[in-house]
Amino acid sequence: MTMTVLAEKQIIESGPSLHQRLAARGFDAVTLLVIPAFALLALLFVYPFAYGLILSFEPKAGSAWSNYQRFFTDPYLYTTIWKTLLLSVPVTVLNLVVSLPVAFRVRLMYRQRLLTTILVVPITLGTVLIAEGLLNYLGPQGWFNRTLIAVGLIDHPLRLVHNYWGVFASLLINGFPFTFLLVLSYVTGIDPALEQAAATLGANARQRFTSVFLPILMPGLAITFCLSFVQAFSVFPSAVLLGEPAGQTRVISIAAYQAAFEEYDYSMASAIAMIMGIVQLAIVLGMMATRGLFYRGPVAGTKG
Amino acid sequence: MTIALQKFDELRLEQVRREFGGLNALKDVTLTVKRGEFIALLGPSGCGKSTTLNCIAGLLPVTGGSIWLDKRRIDTLRPEERGFGMVFQSYALFPHLTVKQNVGFGLKMRGVPKAEISRKVDEALALVRLTGQAQKLPGQLSGGQQQRVAIARAIVIEPPLVLMDEPLSNLDAKLRLEMRAEIRRIHNTLGATTIYVTHDQDEALSLADRIVVLKDGVIRQVGTPNELYEKPAHIDVADFMGFRNRIKGRVIRQAGASATLAVGGSEVTGIMRSSVQDGSEAYAAIRADDLMTGEPGQNAFAARIETIEYRGREFVGTARTSDGIDLVFRSDHAVALGANVHLRAAPERVLVFSEAM
Repeated sequence: MTMTVLAEKQIIESGPSLHQRLAARGFDAVTLLVIPAFALLALLFVYPFAYGLILSFEPKAGSAWSNYQRFFTDPYLYTTIWKTLLLSVPVTVLNLVVSLPVAFRVRLMYRQRLLTTILVVPITLGTVLIAEGLLNYLGPQGWFNRTLIAVGLIDHPLRLVHNYWGVFASLLINGFPFTFLLVLSYVTGIDPALEQAAATLGANARQRFTSVFLPILMPGLAITFCLSFVQAFSVFPSAVLLGEPAGQTRVISIAAYQAAFEEYDYSMASAIAMIMGIVQLAIVLGMMATRGLFYRGPVAGTKG
Repeated sequence: MTIALQKFDELRLEQVRREFGGLNALKDVTLTVKRGEFIALLGPSGCGKSTTLNCIAGLLPVTGGSIWLDKRRIDTLRPEERGFGMVFQSYALFPHLTVKQNVGFGLKMRGVPKAEISRKVDEALALVRLTGQAQKLPGQLSGGQQQRVAIARAIVIEPPLVLMDEPLSNLDAKLRLEMRAEIRRIHNTLGATTIYVTHDQDEALSLADRIVVLKDGVIRQVGTPNELYEKPAHIDVADFMGFRNRIKGRVIRQAGASATLAVGGSEVTGIMRSSVQDGSEAYAAIRADDLMTGEPGQNAFAARIETIEYRGREFVGTARTSDGIDLVFRSDHAVALGANVHLRAAPERVLVFSEAM
């Protein structure tokens, strides 16, 4: 008996072991599992990014900044920023605006699974297949124009491919499922009792949307905007296949591609990629800043 | 007190039906609620009590029958046109609005001037004893405080009717008792008319002027707490009023108001609460409080103790008879597990119900 009592006392005096103290701070054997992820990130993201950043300051000729100087003095290059924004921002906004009411309707449906499956199909098809499909469908001899002519709405086929609108349509189709699924998850995360409470307090459908749903959804919509925008901003295949890659839809990724694989100037291509990243970052940061204006806590109502 | 709830004489539900996916959630519910009453809708989950409340609030459409507020038919109105105050089980406070904005929401929707909203909200918050928390967000409040906000928000619009859907079920036991008294106090102060949904018979008994017991979408009994407690009209109601022993047997004789059932090898005599016929099957219902250890004889079951729990002043245990009937009983002294005892109930404390109704 005395032996056991003594042994217990010793343990108490020595305090928690190093293992226990580390675990209390969140470090245990499970923490080691993040090492592969760290290695992968470093290898596939950090290293290429740093490599590209340094490469962009090592131009073929001129000072370290000459790639950037060239980009912002050559209208053929710097206008790509504006052209890309002109495509990606309206497409993202439109996708959000269309997703929202659809998500509000789908939220009440019983067969959500089926619908989401159908919506995921365009994502799995890939941009090239959709671009090729649209090329036929929206082309001068495609069903779309033929139907409009048959109905008598137009006399001559509309020019919908090999210009801005072709790329626009393709981005819309590619981006919608993604945007919609994100919006749907935000919308279904709101406790339905909030809407019921607003209704019993006298708010009509429009007031319920503007005073309850929209303010609660805003942060989520801002994130959705950022993710969808980044996707649309890096448009490449459809801008080439469905657009006018030398003119209206000469997006920034085309400029980078041409620098790398037509001029074989990897340094310039890296600089363009960096500029692309900075523009995306600026928009995303701007959007995130607006989130600060809205409520950002839990959306499920209150505890319980 | 300037919060003055709208006056009306009565709310009538006339054969209200609610069918859902081929299932009858409510079957011809008819009920009249007078102004100033505190009505509890009591029943197990799925009995239709919340459905009834949602139909009154307008959150669920009725599929038959009608609901009237005096001479105005309201079941065709949208919830925002009915103007009833509702307190939800999850409180449903708007997480992005402060306490003050939450409470003022209904007034703002009605286009009430800002100064008046502010004055009324302050008054409502004072009524629920939550002054000083006005600028907090709901997430910063405790469960009991959130409940008070939800109540203030429902009453500040001065509704003729206050509807409460299991408002206390998310609170811990101590807070539940405290808020229960608060709800009754607020009801009395305002002279409100309240319909309160609960599955807890203690809540219903202590709060309500009248209790409506629902089971399977049908009203089983409407009465004062005392009527329901002493004279349940149906075995389901008895079940809910603490008659935890529900013993099935066969009627062997009747004498005046009492009937005797044969239950396995024993006989049990009790007061008939519904008419039974000799030879037919019936239930004897006994409260655990009324079944105690004693001598063999009339109304005594020989049973073996299976569990025994200490409850402070007394013991509550379960026992099983040789016929496999499980009984819940009370004892004022400790009883050994596995002991063979006799459990007795006085005939006037036993109620006999016919099997089907």
